[in-house]
Amino acid sequence: MFDFDSIPHIKEVSACHGVYDEKNLNEKDPVSFDERQQRSKKVLPDLEEAIKRVGLKDGMTISFHHHFRNGDYVINMVMDVIAKMGIKDLTVAASSLTDCHWPLIEHIKNGVIKHIETSGLRGKLGDAVSHGLMDFPVIFRSHGGRAAAIETGELHIDVAFLGAPSCDPYGNANGYNRDSEEGSCCGSLGYAKLDALYADKCIIITDHLVSFPNTPFGIPESQVDYVVKVDNIGDPNGIMSGATRYTKNPKELLIAQYATNAIVASGYFKNNFSMQMGSGGASLAVARYLREKMLEQDIKCRFALGGITGQIVQMHEEGLVKKILDVQSFDLIAANSVKNNRFHQQIDASYYASYVNKGAAVNQLDFVILSALEVDVDFNVNVMTGSDGVIRGAVGGHPDTAAGASMTIVVCPLLRGRIPTICTKVNTVCTPGRTVDVVVTDQGIAVNPARPELYERFVEAGLPVTTIEKLRDRAERIAGKPEPIKYGEKIVGVLMYRDNTVIDVIREVID
Amino acid sequence: MEIKKTGVAGTMESSDIIVRIEPKNTEGVELTLESAVMQQYGRQIEKVIRETLEGLGVTSAYVNAVDKGALDCTVAARTLAAAYRAAESKDYVWNGGSIR
Repeated sequence: MFDFDSIPHIKEVSACHGVYDEKNLNEKDPVSFDERQQRSKKVLPDLEEAIKRVGLKDGMTISFHHHFRNGDYVINMVMDVIAKMGIKDLTVAASSLTDCHWPLIEHIKNGVIKHIETSGLRGKLGDAVSHGLMDFPVIFRSHGGRAAAIETGELHIDVAFLGAPSCDPYGNANGYNRDSEEGSCCGSLGYAKLDALYADKCIIITDHLVSFPNTPFGIPESQVDYVVKVDNIGDPNGIMSGATRYTKNPKELLIAQYATNAIVASGYFKNNFSMQMGSGGASLAVARYLREKMLEQDIKCRFALGGITGQIVQMHEEGLVKKILDVQSFDLIAANSVKNNRFHQQIDASYYASYVNKGAAVNQLDFVILSALEVDVDFNVNVMTGSDGVIRGAVGGHPDTAAGASMTIVVCPLLRGRIPTICTKVNTVCTPGRTVDVVVTDQGIAVNPARPELYERFVEAGLPVTTIEKLRDRAERIAGKPEPIKYGEKIVGVLMYRDNTVIDVIREVID
Repeated sequence: MEIKKTGVAGTMESSDIIVRIEPKNTEGVELTLESAVMQQYGRQIEKVIRETLEGLGVTSAYVNAVDKGALDCTVAARTLAAAYRAAESKDYVWNGGSIR
């Protein structure tokens, strides 16, 4: 026996709730583990019930991820239920939106959605926004900029609706399914992870409710309030294409050869280098050519970051790439590799690219290969608006990786059809020219004058180096000088740089 | 050059243009143009088609063109070919004719 008050310093001990009393014990629940998990209070019968429970109200901010790409059913499904429940004036803060999200147009017209924040817009929705659908301009943030806004609390998410290919009754959610080979698979849940962590309420929407524990998990149950099982979270074919196919386009292959030779000559191609590659045709071909150079010269890559493709996974399984940091898996091979390869790590958007995260992986990049719709003579890059001025792209991690990487290489054809890619002034600045070091086209390589040492090395290696002005002139000589696109006055989109300052605006298109 | 029947040249492939030229009873060239790059190059494409026809002495025709981003040289070549076919003429000038 003891006298509680006589214990020295006991009053100064925190997390000490007095003397043990048997009366405070909960009744023991003697059912089997399996029965217990069947009764998990987190699992709700439908979305409407979940939306009621989290207390979604007019004017709140809801979030979604884009790991299901163009196969996503979640956003449209959730918005339809919300609309039916009569909730209005919502801000939709999605990590990105794509062609399949055109039904949002009706919800915008009906006042269910007042404002959109996203990395990108495409298809009918992008077209409608460009033609003045919304009064509140769409805010475009890079993946790193969005992550930073969420971490600092500036972008406050009231409710996150996160689709997951598998989840257990307590909310441990994953981008793949370890319990069956059926259903959809998206690999990394990188963008969803941050939303789950910071949202006030988090609802997981899954089509595979599996037994506890769904480990290793992308999202832990501690961050999840409710779980809703639906028939389908997406179209597996739209979520993932099997393997991304190699391009046969000779122009892209030529660009890829030039880019590979530039990497090899740059001084960054040495043992334990780091890299990020895109998923465009030329980028994928660079991965293939670079692999040959690595085998030839016995050089290994310490880590590959990004958007991960099957090409990177192949190099990982061959021992050429030691570790993979994956915020988003681009194809089924990459998605399965997250599941099966110990050193293929899924990372969240902050770890990937946030400027408030000092250790952000983009800052550890030797080089990144990026694409572009337009590049101007100041090296500014547009990845957002098409040649007709209409929104049909996404900022993605473009400005984040460009700023972080020691050498940022933009690959693009000199002309797309008749439209020059290298121009005097891009229609929309997404990535500032100061962060772009090299532009590789099928008709020559331009080096940013801020990087004379790269220029010297490329010349020495016999690469077809020219100036960005000469590339622009050549494009205009072939195609003719294009007449400018006609814009109205109304601002329909605002481009945030990765530090969440406004870098450009997108105006309404006049047909 | 007199347009006697319908003449067509070109394809709907990317970076090509399909030009269709038909006889017209009255003077003047009536041109309808659809283009994937209308905003940026619509006027330029029309100018090249009209100058090409002028160079051939075609003063009366219906012209319908569907462009998929063809360069000026392609626009001129397809227009020439369509016009020669429409005029049932084989007196080609292989140096590029009236086109610079």
